[in-house]
Amino acid sequence: MIKSLHKRESALANSKRQLEILSNGIFQKGVLPTFKEKISETNEFPLKAKKLEILQINVGYMCNQVCSHCHVDAGPDRKEIMTRETMIQCLNVIKNTGAHTLDLTGGAPEMNPNFRWFVEEASKAGIKDFIVRSNLTIITANKKYNDLPEFFKKHNVHVVSSMPHWTRGKTDKQRGYGVFNASIEALKMLNAVGYGMPENKLRLDLVYNPSGAFLPSNQKSMEKDFKKALLEAFNIHFHNLFAITNLPISRFLDYLIASENYEDYMYALVEAYNPAAVANVMCTNTLSVSWDGYLYDCDFNQMLQLPVNSKVKHISDYNEDLLEGRNIVMSQHCYGCTAGAGSSCQGSVI
Amino acid sequence: MQKTYYDPADLKKFGKISEWNEELGAKFFDYYGKVFEEGALTEREKSLIALAVSHTIQCPYCIDAYTGDGLQRGITKEEMMEALHVAAAIRGGASLVHGVQMMNKVNKLDM
Ligand code: SF4
Ligand code: SF4
Repeated sequence: MIKSLHKRESALANSKRQLEILSNGIFQKGVLPTFKEKISETNEFPLKAKKLEILQINVGYMCNQVCSHCHVDAGPDRKEIMTRETMIQCLNVIKNTGAHTLDLTGGAPEMNPNFRWFVEEASKAGIKDFIVRSNLTIITANKKYNDLPEFFKKHNVHVVSSMPHWTRGKTDKQRGYGVFNASIEALKMLNAVGYGMPENKLRLDLVYNPSGAFLPSNQKSMEKDFKKALLEAFNIHFHNLFAITNLPISRFLDYLIASENYEDYMYALVEAYNPAAVANVMCTNTLSVSWDGYLYDCDFNQMLQLPVNSKVKHISDYNEDLLEGRNIVMSQHCYGCTAGAGSSCQGSVI
Repeated sequence: MQKTYYDPADLKKFGKISEWNEELGAKFFDYYGKVFEEGALTEREKSLIALAVSHTIQCPYCIDAYTGDGLQRGITKEEMMEALHVAAAIRGGASLVHGVQMMNKVNKLDM
Protein backbone atom coordinates (compact mmCIF):
# COMPACT_ATOMS: atom_id res chain seq x y z
CA MET A 1 0.00 0.00 0.00
CA ILE A 2 1.42 3.43 -0.88
CA LYS A 3 1.72 6.00 1.89
CA SER A 4 0.25 9.49 1.95
CA LEU A 5 2.54 12.35 0.88
CA HIS A 6 2.24 13.49 4.46
CA LYS A 7 3.63 10.23 5.86
CA ARG A 8 6.35 10.14 3.22
CA GLU A 9 7.31 13.68 4.27
CA SER A 10 7.17 14.63 0.61
CA ALA A 11 7.75 18.29 -0.23
CA LEU A 12 4.36 18.19 -1.94
CA ALA A 13 2.61 17.51 1.36
CA ASN A 14 3.15 21.20 1.91
CA SER A 15 0.36 23.24 0.30
CA LYS A 16 2.70 26.21 -0.20
CA ARG A 17 4.95 24.08 -2.39
CA GLN A 18 1.92 22.94 -4.41
CA LEU A 19 0.80 26.53 -4.92
CA GLU A 20 4.31 27.52 -5.96
CA ILE A 21 4.34 24.84 -8.63
CA LEU A 22 0.83 25.79 -9.76
CA SER A 23 1.68 29.48 -9.98
CA ASN A 24 5.20 29.38 -11.32
CA GLY A 25 4.93 26.12 -13.17
CA ILE A 26 7.62 23.84 -14.43
CA PHE A 27 7.04 25.12 -17.87
CA GLN A 28 9.20 24.90 -20.89
CA LYS A 29 6.62 25.88 -23.45
CA GLY A 30 6.06 29.38 -22.16
CA VAL A 31 3.86 30.89 -19.54
CA LEU A 32 0.29 29.83 -18.95
CA PRO A 33 -2.27 32.59 -18.63
CA THR A 34 -3.35 32.97 -15.01
CA PHE A 35 -6.85 31.82 -14.19
CA LYS A 36 -7.60 35.35 -13.08
CA GLU A 37 -6.62 36.71 -16.51
CA LYS A 38 -8.66 34.04 -18.21
CA ILE A 39 -11.91 34.72 -16.39
CA SER A 40 -11.34 38.47 -16.62
CA GLU A 41 -11.70 38.15 -20.40
CA THR A 42 -15.41 37.56 -19.83
CA ASN A 43 -15.65 39.94 -16.89
CA GLU A 44 -16.09 37.15 -14.36
CA PHE A 45 -13.36 38.34 -12.01
CA PRO A 46 -13.73 38.53 -9.10
CA LEU A 47 -16.07 35.60 -8.82
CA LYS A 48 -18.51 36.16 -5.97
CA ALA A 49 -20.22 33.67 -3.67
CA LYS A 50 -23.98 33.48 -4.03
CA LYS A 51 -26.42 32.26 -1.41
CA LEU A 52 -25.27 29.10 0.37
CA GLU A 53 -26.91 26.00 -1.09
CA ILE A 54 -24.44 23.21 -0.34
CA LEU A 55 -22.58 22.72 2.91
CA GLN A 56 -19.75 20.25 2.39
CA ILE A 57 -18.19 18.92 5.55
CA ASN A 58 -14.92 17.04 5.54
CA VAL A 59 -15.12 14.93 8.70
CA GLY A 60 -11.52 13.72 8.49
CA TYR A 61 -8.66 12.66 6.26
CA MET A 62 -8.49 9.11 7.57
CA CYS A 63 -9.26 6.52 4.89
CA ASN A 64 -8.95 2.77 4.40
CA GLN A 65 -7.71 3.38 0.86
CA VAL A 66 -4.73 5.26 -0.56
CA CYS A 67 -5.83 6.09 -4.11
CA SER A 68 -3.05 7.35 -6.33
CA HIS A 69 -5.02 10.41 -7.46
CA CYS A 70 -6.40 11.46 -4.05
CA HIS A 71 -6.59 15.25 -3.77
CA VAL A 72 -7.05 14.98 0.00
CA ASP A 73 -3.85 12.92 0.44
CA ALA A 74 -6.02 10.67 2.63
CA GLY A 75 -5.06 7.27 3.96
CA PRO A 76 -4.88 5.02 7.02
CA ASP A 77 -1.91 7.05 8.24
CA ARG A 78 -3.85 10.33 8.38
CA LYS A 79 -5.22 11.03 11.84
CA GLU A 80 -7.05 14.36 11.32
CA ILE A 81 -10.59 13.75 12.51
CA MET A 82 -13.48 16.14 13.23
CA THR A 83 -14.41 16.25 16.90
CA ARG A 84 -17.97 16.06 18.23
CA GLU A 85 -17.61 19.65 19.38
CA THR A 86 -16.96 20.86 15.82
CA MET A 87 -19.79 18.65 14.59
CA ILE A 88 -22.15 20.42 17.00
CA GLN A 89 -21.02 23.77 15.57
CA CYS A 90 -21.77 22.41 12.08
CA LEU A 91 -25.20 21.20 13.22
CA ASN A 92 -26.06 24.68 14.48
CA VAL A 93 -25.27 26.08 11.06
CA ILE A 94 -27.17 23.32 9.25
CA LYS A 95 -30.28 24.12 11.30
CA ASN A 96 -30.04 27.84 10.67
CA THR A 97 -29.25 28.12 6.97
CA GLY A 98 -31.40 27.56 3.92
CA ALA A 99 -28.81 25.17 2.45
CA HIS A 100 -30.65 22.36 0.67
CA THR A 101 -27.70 19.96 0.43
CA LEU A 102 -25.43 18.53 3.07
CA ASP A 103 -22.43 16.71 1.69
CA LEU A 104 -20.26 14.62 4.02
CA THR A 105 -16.85 13.73 2.74
CA GLY A 106 -13.37 12.68 3.89
CA GLY A 107 -11.22 10.46 3.73
CA ALA A 108 -13.72 7.75 4.46
CA PRO A 109 -16.30 9.71 6.48
CA GLU A 110 -17.58 6.49 8.03
CA MET A 111 -14.26 6.08 9.87
CA ASN A 112 -14.91 9.09 12.07
CA PRO A 113 -16.03 7.59 15.41
CA ASN A 114 -18.83 10.18 15.64
CA PHE A 115 -20.02 9.63 12.08
CA ARG A 116 -23.25 7.77 12.90
CA TRP A 117 -24.17 10.13 15.67
CA PHE A 118 -23.64 13.05 13.32
CA VAL A 119 -25.75 11.52 10.54
CA GLU A 120 -28.56 10.82 13.00
CA GLU A 121 -28.50 14.38 14.32
CA ALA A 122 -28.10 16.05 10.94
CA SER A 123 -30.86 14.01 9.31
CA LYS A 124 -33.32 15.57 11.77
CA ALA A 125 -32.60 18.99 10.27
CA GLY A 126 -34.82 18.32 7.24
CA ILE A 127 -32.12 18.75 4.59
CA LYS A 128 -33.44 17.97 1.09
CA ASP A 129 -30.38 16.15 -0.15
CA PHE A 130 -28.13 14.48 2.41
CA ILE A 131 -25.05 13.09 0.67
CA VAL A 132 -22.45 10.74 2.09
CA ARG A 133 -19.41 10.19 -0.12
CA SER A 134 -18.65 6.57 0.52
CA ASN A 135 -15.65 4.88 -1.05
CA LEU A 136 -17.64 1.57 -1.08
CA THR A 137 -14.81 -0.64 0.19
CA ILE A 138 -15.34 0.64 3.73
CA ILE A 139 -18.67 -1.22 3.71
CA THR A 140 -16.89 -4.55 3.33
CA ALA A 141 -13.62 -3.63 5.09
CA ASN A 142 -14.72 -4.69 8.54
CA LYS A 143 -17.75 -6.36 10.12
CA LYS A 144 -18.62 -3.22 12.03
CA TYR A 145 -19.31 -1.43 8.72
CA ASN A 146 -21.34 -4.21 7.05
CA ASP A 147 -24.66 -2.69 8.12
CA LEU A 148 -23.89 0.71 6.55
CA PRO A 149 -26.35 0.16 3.65
CA GLU A 150 -29.14 -0.37 6.19
CA PHE A 151 -27.96 2.62 8.22
CA PHE A 152 -27.90 4.85 5.12
CA LYS A 153 -31.37 3.64 4.21
CA LYS A 154 -32.74 4.39 7.67
CA HIS A 155 -31.65 8.02 7.35
CA ASN A 156 -32.49 8.33 3.66
CA VAL A 157 -28.90 9.21 2.87
CA HIS A 158 -27.91 9.82 -0.76
CA VAL A 159 -24.87 7.65 -1.41
CA VAL A 160 -22.25 8.92 -3.85
CA SER A 161 -19.39 6.56 -4.56
CA SER A 162 -16.24 6.58 -6.63
CA MET A 163 -15.82 4.01 -9.34
CA PRO A 164 -13.03 4.85 -11.75
CA HIS A 165 -13.85 2.06 -14.20
CA TRP A 166 -15.98 -1.00 -14.77
CA THR A 167 -12.92 -3.19 -15.22
CA ARG A 168 -10.83 -4.62 -12.41
CA GLY A 169 -7.49 -3.65 -13.93
CA LYS A 170 -8.12 0.06 -14.27
CA THR A 171 -9.90 0.39 -10.93
CA ASP A 172 -7.28 -1.47 -8.92
CA LYS A 173 -4.46 0.43 -10.57
CA GLN A 174 -5.86 3.74 -9.40
CA ARG A 175 -7.40 2.78 -6.07
CA GLY A 176 -5.37 -0.20 -4.88
CA TYR A 177 -5.31 -3.95 -5.33
CA GLY A 178 -8.60 -5.63 -4.40
CA VAL A 179 -10.62 -2.41 -4.47
CA PHE A 180 -12.62 -3.48 -7.51
CA ASN A 181 -13.92 -6.73 -6.05
CA ALA A 182 -14.73 -5.05 -2.72
CA SER A 183 -16.52 -2.20 -4.52
CA ILE A 184 -18.63 -4.63 -6.56
CA GLU A 185 -19.51 -6.49 -3.39
CA ALA A 186 -20.53 -3.23 -1.68
CA LEU A 187 -22.59 -2.10 -4.68
CA LYS A 188 -24.47 -5.40 -4.54
CA MET A 189 -25.15 -4.85 -0.83
CA LEU A 190 -26.46 -1.35 -1.57
CA ASN A 191 -28.65 -2.65 -4.42
CA ALA A 192 -29.98 -5.38 -2.13
CA VAL A 193 -31.52 -2.82 0.25
CA GLY A 194 -32.92 -0.81 -2.66
CA TYR A 195 -30.14 1.70 -3.38
CA GLY A 196 -29.72 2.60 -7.04
CA MET A 197 -32.65 0.52 -8.27
CA PRO A 198 -34.40 2.22 -11.19
CA GLU A 199 -37.72 2.97 -9.46
CA ASN A 200 -36.34 3.40 -5.95
CA LYS A 201 -35.92 6.77 -4.25
CA LEU A 202 -32.78 5.62 -2.39
CA ARG A 203 -30.19 7.38 -4.52
CA LEU A 204 -26.93 5.77 -5.49
CA ASP A 205 -24.72 7.78 -7.83
CA LEU A 206 -21.25 6.90 -9.01
CA VAL A 207 -18.33 9.20 -9.57
CA TYR A 208 -16.02 8.65 -12.50
CA ASN A 209 -12.67 10.35 -12.67
CA PRO A 210 -10.02 9.55 -15.26
CA SER A 211 -7.35 7.06 -14.26
CA GLY A 212 -4.50 9.13 -15.64
CA ALA A 213 -3.40 12.40 -17.16
CA PHE A 214 -6.42 12.98 -19.36
CA LEU A 215 -9.80 14.67 -19.10
CA PRO A 216 -13.12 12.87 -18.71
CA SER A 217 -15.26 12.29 -21.75
CA ASN A 218 -18.93 13.18 -22.11
CA GLN A 219 -20.75 12.40 -18.85
CA LYS A 220 -23.93 11.04 -20.44
CA SER A 221 -22.17 8.64 -22.77
CA MET A 222 -19.86 7.47 -19.97
CA GLU A 223 -22.92 6.82 -17.82
CA LYS A 224 -24.40 4.67 -20.58
CA ASP A 225 -21.19 2.65 -20.87
CA PHE A 226 -20.90 2.22 -17.09
CA LYS A 227 -24.53 1.14 -16.76
CA LYS A 228 -24.30 -1.38 -19.56
CA ALA A 229 -21.03 -2.89 -18.32
CA LEU A 230 -22.01 -3.12 -14.64
CA LEU A 231 -25.44 -4.53 -15.43
CA GLU A 232 -24.20 -7.14 -17.88
CA ALA A 233 -21.27 -8.35 -15.81
CA PHE A 234 -22.60 -8.00 -12.24
CA ASN A 235 -26.31 -7.13 -12.42
CA ILE A 236 -25.55 -3.86 -10.64
CA HIS A 237 -27.78 -0.79 -10.86
CA PHE A 238 -27.10 2.84 -10.05
CA HIS A 239 -28.74 6.16 -10.87
CA ASN A 240 -26.37 8.81 -12.24
CA LEU A 241 -22.71 9.01 -13.10
CA PHE A 242 -20.82 12.18 -12.20
CA ALA A 243 -17.75 12.72 -14.39
CA ILE A 244 -15.10 14.64 -12.48
CA THR A 245 -11.85 16.14 -13.73
CA ASN A 246 -8.77 15.42 -11.60
CA LEU A 247 -7.45 18.69 -10.23
CA PRO A 248 -3.68 19.15 -10.29
CA ILE A 249 -3.14 19.13 -6.54
CA SER A 250 -1.80 16.78 -3.87
CA ARG A 251 -1.25 13.13 -4.91
CA PHE A 252 -2.53 13.73 -8.44
CA LEU A 253 -0.06 16.59 -8.78
CA ASP A 254 2.66 14.27 -7.47
CA TYR A 255 1.70 11.70 -10.10
CA LEU A 256 1.63 14.34 -12.86
CA ILE A 257 5.11 15.53 -11.97
CA ALA A 258 6.59 12.04 -11.50
CA SER A 259 5.16 10.83 -14.82
CA GLU A 260 6.30 14.03 -16.58
CA ASN A 261 2.74 14.83 -17.55
CA TYR A 262 2.34 17.98 -15.49
CA GLU A 263 3.05 20.53 -18.17
CA ASP A 264 0.96 18.86 -20.87
CA TYR A 265 -1.91 18.33 -18.43
CA MET A 266 -1.98 22.01 -17.48
CA TYR A 267 -1.94 22.95 -21.16
CA ALA A 268 -4.76 20.50 -21.84
CA LEU A 269 -6.83 22.10 -19.04
CA VAL A 270 -6.20 25.60 -20.36
CA GLU A 271 -6.92 24.56 -23.92
CA ALA A 272 -10.21 23.00 -22.84
CA TYR A 273 -11.12 26.11 -20.82
CA ASN A 274 -14.81 26.72 -21.27
CA PRO A 275 -16.03 30.19 -20.27
CA ALA A 276 -19.58 28.83 -20.02
CA ALA A 277 -18.51 26.64 -17.08
CA VAL A 278 -17.33 29.59 -14.97
CA ALA A 279 -20.78 30.71 -13.91
CA ASN A 280 -21.53 27.26 -12.52
CA VAL A 281 -18.36 26.37 -10.63
CA MET A 282 -19.38 24.86 -7.33
CA CYS A 283 -17.63 27.37 -5.07
CA THR A 284 -20.30 29.95 -5.88
CA ASN A 285 -22.98 28.13 -3.88
CA THR A 286 -20.91 25.84 -1.66
CA LEU A 287 -18.97 26.19 1.55
CA SER A 288 -16.42 23.59 2.59
CA VAL A 289 -15.71 22.92 6.26
CA SER A 290 -12.46 21.23 7.25
CA TRP A 291 -12.09 18.64 10.02
CA ASP A 292 -10.99 21.41 12.39
CA GLY A 293 -13.91 23.67 11.51
CA TYR A 294 -12.26 26.19 9.17
CA LEU A 295 -14.13 27.47 6.13
CA TYR A 296 -13.06 27.23 2.51
CA ASP A 297 -14.66 27.93 -0.86
CA CYS A 298 -14.25 24.28 -1.86
CA ASP A 299 -12.54 21.04 -0.87
CA PHE A 300 -9.62 21.84 -3.20
CA ASN A 301 -8.98 25.22 -1.60
CA GLN A 302 -9.17 23.42 1.75
CA MET A 303 -6.36 21.08 0.73
CA LEU A 304 -4.32 24.03 -0.57
CA GLN A 305 -4.87 25.89 2.72
CA LEU A 306 -6.57 28.81 0.98
CA PRO A 307 -9.23 29.93 3.48
CA VAL A 308 -12.31 31.98 2.59
CA ASN A 309 -11.78 35.64 1.93
CA SER A 310 -13.99 36.84 4.76
CA LYS A 311 -13.81 38.03 8.33
CA VAL A 312 -15.53 34.77 9.20
CA LYS A 313 -12.96 32.00 9.14
CA HIS A 314 -14.46 29.31 11.35
CA ILE A 315 -17.78 27.46 11.50
CA SER A 316 -18.23 28.62 15.09
CA ASP A 317 -18.42 32.22 13.80
CA TYR A 318 -20.66 31.41 10.85
CA ASN A 319 -22.45 34.47 9.55
CA GLU A 320 -24.39 34.27 6.32
CA ASP A 321 -24.39 38.02 5.72
CA LEU A 322 -20.62 38.24 5.97
CA LEU A 323 -19.97 35.20 3.84
CA GLU A 324 -22.43 35.86 1.04
CA GLY A 325 -20.95 37.97 -1.73
CA ARG A 326 -17.37 37.22 -0.67
CA ASN A 327 -14.73 37.04 -3.39
CA ILE A 328 -13.84 33.43 -4.20
CA VAL A 329 -10.15 32.61 -3.72
CA MET A 330 -8.76 31.27 -6.98
CA SER A 331 -5.53 29.91 -8.39
CA GLN A 332 -4.32 27.86 -11.35
CA HIS A 333 -5.97 24.66 -10.06
CA CYS A 334 -9.33 26.28 -10.88
CA TYR A 335 -8.69 25.46 -14.54
CA GLY A 336 -9.70 21.92 -13.54
CA CYS A 337 -13.26 23.08 -12.78
CA THR A 338 -13.71 24.94 -16.07
CA ALA A 339 -12.26 22.51 -18.62
CA GLY A 340 -14.63 20.99 -21.16
CA ALA A 341 -18.09 20.49 -19.69
CA GLY A 342 -16.81 21.77 -16.33
CA SER A 343 -16.38 19.77 -13.17
CA SER A 344 -17.83 19.87 -9.69
CA CYS A 345 -18.58 17.37 -6.93
CA GLN A 346 -21.89 16.90 -8.75
CA GLY A 347 -20.16 16.14 -12.04
CA SER A 348 -20.13 18.29 -15.15
CA VAL A 349 -21.74 21.70 -14.80
CA ILE A 350 -22.96 22.23 -18.36
CA MET B 1 13.18 23.57 -43.80
CA GLN B 2 12.49 21.93 -40.45
CA LYS B 3 14.40 18.75 -39.69
CA THR B 4 11.44 16.46 -38.97
CA TYR B 5 8.30 15.85 -40.99
CA TYR B 6 5.99 15.41 -38.02
CA ASP B 7 5.50 17.80 -35.11
CA PRO B 8 2.94 16.89 -32.39
CA ALA B 9 2.03 20.58 -32.15
CA ASP B 10 0.71 20.45 -35.73
CA LEU B 11 -2.19 18.27 -34.64
CA LYS B 12 -3.70 21.23 -32.80
CA LYS B 13 -3.39 23.32 -35.96
CA PHE B 14 -5.51 20.90 -37.99
CA GLY B 15 -8.43 23.36 -38.04
CA LYS B 16 -6.23 25.89 -39.84
CA ILE B 17 -6.51 23.78 -42.99
CA SER B 18 -9.75 25.67 -43.62
CA GLU B 19 -7.95 28.99 -43.83
CA TRP B 20 -6.82 28.41 -47.41
CA ASN B 21 -10.12 27.00 -48.57
CA GLU B 22 -12.93 27.80 -46.22
CA GLU B 23 -15.71 26.16 -48.16
CA LEU B 24 -14.12 22.75 -48.58
CA GLY B 25 -12.56 22.87 -45.11
CA ALA B 26 -15.91 23.59 -43.52
CA LYS B 27 -17.58 20.84 -45.51
CA PHE B 28 -14.93 18.37 -44.38
CA PHE B 29 -15.15 19.28 -40.67
CA ASP B 30 -18.92 19.23 -40.85
CA TYR B 31 -18.83 15.77 -42.32
CA TYR B 32 -16.15 14.64 -39.87
CA GLY B 33 -18.17 15.83 -36.89
CA LYS B 34 -21.31 14.08 -38.12
CA VAL B 35 -19.49 10.82 -38.78
CA PHE B 36 -18.42 10.57 -35.16
CA GLU B 37 -21.84 11.31 -33.66
CA GLU B 38 -23.69 8.39 -32.12
CA GLY B 39 -25.79 6.54 -34.68
CA ALA B 40 -26.27 2.83 -35.21
CA LEU B 41 -22.77 2.62 -33.71
CA THR B 42 -21.88 4.23 -30.40
CA GLU B 43 -19.29 7.02 -30.18
CA ARG B 44 -17.11 4.54 -28.33
CA GLU B 45 -17.25 1.98 -31.13
CA LYS B 46 -16.46 4.68 -33.66
CA SER B 47 -13.48 5.79 -31.62
CA LEU B 48 -12.09 2.23 -31.66
CA ILE B 49 -12.61 1.95 -35.43
CA ALA B 50 -10.80 5.26 -35.87
CA LEU B 51 -7.91 4.01 -33.75
CA ALA B 52 -7.60 0.83 -35.81
CA VAL B 53 -7.80 2.72 -39.11
CA SER B 54 -5.21 5.25 -37.97
CA HIS B 55 -2.76 2.40 -37.52
CA THR B 56 -3.56 1.05 -40.95
CA ILE B 57 -2.95 4.40 -42.60
CA GLN B 58 -0.06 4.96 -40.14
CA CYS B 59 -1.01 8.53 -39.31
CA PRO B 60 0.82 9.59 -36.12
CA TYR B 61 -1.59 12.48 -35.58
CA CYS B 62 -4.62 10.18 -35.67
CA ILE B 63 -2.91 7.59 -33.45
CA ASP B 64 -2.15 10.32 -30.91
CA ALA B 65 -5.67 11.75 -31.11
CA TYR B 66 -7.61 8.48 -30.94
CA THR B 67 -5.46 6.95 -28.20
CA GLY B 68 -6.25 10.00 -26.07
CA ASP B 69 -9.88 9.92 -27.13
CA GLY B 70 -10.11 6.23 -26.23
CA LEU B 71 -8.65 6.80 -22.77
CA GLN B 72 -11.13 9.60 -22.15
CA ARG B 73 -13.99 7.30 -23.11
CA GLY B 74 -12.81 4.58 -20.75
CA ILE B 75 -11.62 2.28 -23.52
CA THR B 76 -9.11 -0.13 -22.00
CA LYS B 77 -5.65 -0.84 -23.36
CA GLU B 78 -6.72 -4.44 -24.00
CA GLU B 79 -9.58 -3.22 -26.20
CA MET B 80 -7.22 -0.87 -28.03
CA MET B 81 -4.70 -3.63 -28.69
CA GLU B 82 -7.40 -6.01 -29.95
CA ALA B 83 -8.65 -3.34 -32.34
CA LEU B 84 -5.09 -2.97 -33.62
CA HIS B 85 -4.79 -6.68 -34.24
CA VAL B 86 -7.97 -6.54 -36.28
CA ALA B 87 -6.37 -3.79 -38.36
CA ALA B 88 -3.13 -5.77 -38.62
CA ALA B 89 -4.97 -8.96 -39.58
CA ILE B 90 -6.89 -7.17 -42.34
CA ARG B 91 -3.70 -5.51 -43.50
CA GLY B 92 -1.78 -8.78 -43.55
CA GLY B 93 -4.69 -10.65 -45.05
CA ALA B 94 -5.05 -8.05 -47.76
CA SER B 95 -1.44 -8.65 -48.85
CA LEU B 96 -1.79 -12.36 -48.59
CA VAL B 97 -5.06 -12.62 -50.51
CA HIS B 98 -3.30 -11.07 -53.52
CA GLY B 99 -1.19 -14.18 -53.43
CA VAL B 100 -4.07 -15.86 -55.23
CA GLN B 101 -3.44 -13.51 -58.14
CA MET B 102 0.23 -14.47 -58.04
CA MET B 103 -0.65 -18.15 -57.94
CA ASN B 104 -3.07 -17.75 -60.85
CA LYS B 105 -0.39 -16.06 -62.89
CA VAL B 106 2.24 -18.65 -62.03
CA ASN B 107 -0.16 -21.49 -62.81
CA LYS B 108 -0.99 -19.91 -66.13
CA LEU B 109 2.57 -19.22 -67.24
CA ASP B 110 4.47 -22.06 -65.68
CA MET B 111 4.54 -25.41 -67.43
S1 SF4 C 1 -9.83 9.23 -3.16
FE1 SF4 C 1 -11.32 8.85 -1.55
S2 SF4 C 1 -11.15 6.65 -1.16
FE2 SF4 C 1 -9.31 7.26 -2.23
S3 SF4 C 1 -7.80 7.72 -0.65
FE3 SF4 C 1 -8.82 9.65 -1.19
S4 SF4 C 1 -10.47 9.85 0.26
FE4 SF4 C 1 -9.82 7.71 0.32
S1 SF4 D 1 -11.05 24.86 -7.47
FE1 SF4 D 1 -13.03 25.01 -8.48
S2 SF4 D 1 -14.50 25.10 -6.86
FE2 SF4 D 1 -12.53 25.58 -5.94
S3 SF4 D 1 -12.34 27.79 -6.04
FE3 SF4 D 1 -11.44 27.02 -7.90
S4 SF4 D 1 -13.12 27.05 -9.40
FE4 SF4 D 1 -14.01 27.22 -7.38
